[in-house]
Amino acid sequence: MNDAYAWAAIGVIILASTTGDVLLSYSMKRVGDVGELWKQRGVVAVIGRILATPTFALGLMAMGVAFYSLLFGLSWGNLSLVVPASASLTFVANAVAARIFLHERVGRRRWIAALLVAGGVILMAV
Amino acid sequence: MTFRKYLVLAGITIFSTAGDSLLARGMKNLGSVSLHNLSGLLLSILNPWVTAGILLLLAFFTCYMSALSWADLTYVLPATSIGYVLVALIAHFSFHEQISPTRWLGIALIAAGVGFVAAGPSVTPDHERSNFRSTSPDTISPDVSAEVKS
Repeated sequence: MNDAYAWAAIGVIILASTTGDVLLSYSMKRVGDVGELWKQRGVVAVIGRILATPTFALGLMAMGVAFYSLLFGLSWGNLSLVVPASASLTFVANAVAARIFLHERVGRRRWIAALLVAGGVILMAV
Repeated sequence: MTFRKYLVLAGITIFSTAGDSLLARGMKNLGSVSLHNLSGLLLSILNPWVTAGILLLLAFFTCYMSALSWADLTYVLPATSIGYVLVALIAHFSFHEQISPTRWLGIALIAAGVGFVAAGPSVTPDHERSNFRSTSPDTISPDVSAEVKS
């Protein structure tokens, strides 16, 4: 029973955090290099431009859902199941989503990196 | 990639690892949280471990947003996953926890993955993204443009 709850939480975490990562990455690419913007126009301009990007708020909401799902998941399942399962699958889900939605160039190098890290995270929890 | 940018990536790694650890510690103290006890979940923020964890995660978020403004998501995520390795190594050398051969293999895989992605380019050039409309070309730093061209 608790296991089914834990896996449901893991599914929600993966979906929500991938959605959030993609939306936040898209928003920050539109904002532009934060360090340069800060140097040229000051910190208020940076914060203003970030808050004026609607997808940023959506991304934050998705991250909030992921955060609270993690809290629920941690209280239902073992730390050693919930964290590695959701983290490793999120790496793979993000690579797919970044390629489709952000049009990032996910070449062989990045696929190998995502799969190695995902596999390593699982092995470390065994 | 400048030194400052590597520092931001290091910040992501350290703040997220430390923040997650504190949060996990706090939630274990509190015991099981259920859907029928939502006030318990909201009150969990008052636990000092949870509060400290959230503060560190805010620092992580600031670094993460900065990194995403000049690097690809598929670069930042694998590159900062070295935190898993750090936790295991600290546990081994400071707290003398035993690390099984499978865990050593996991550590090796993650380290290899981080090396693979870090050796490659950190950002996809704008003109290769069909969906991307750059709103502020003047804010792209010279070293990013240089890296993109090479």
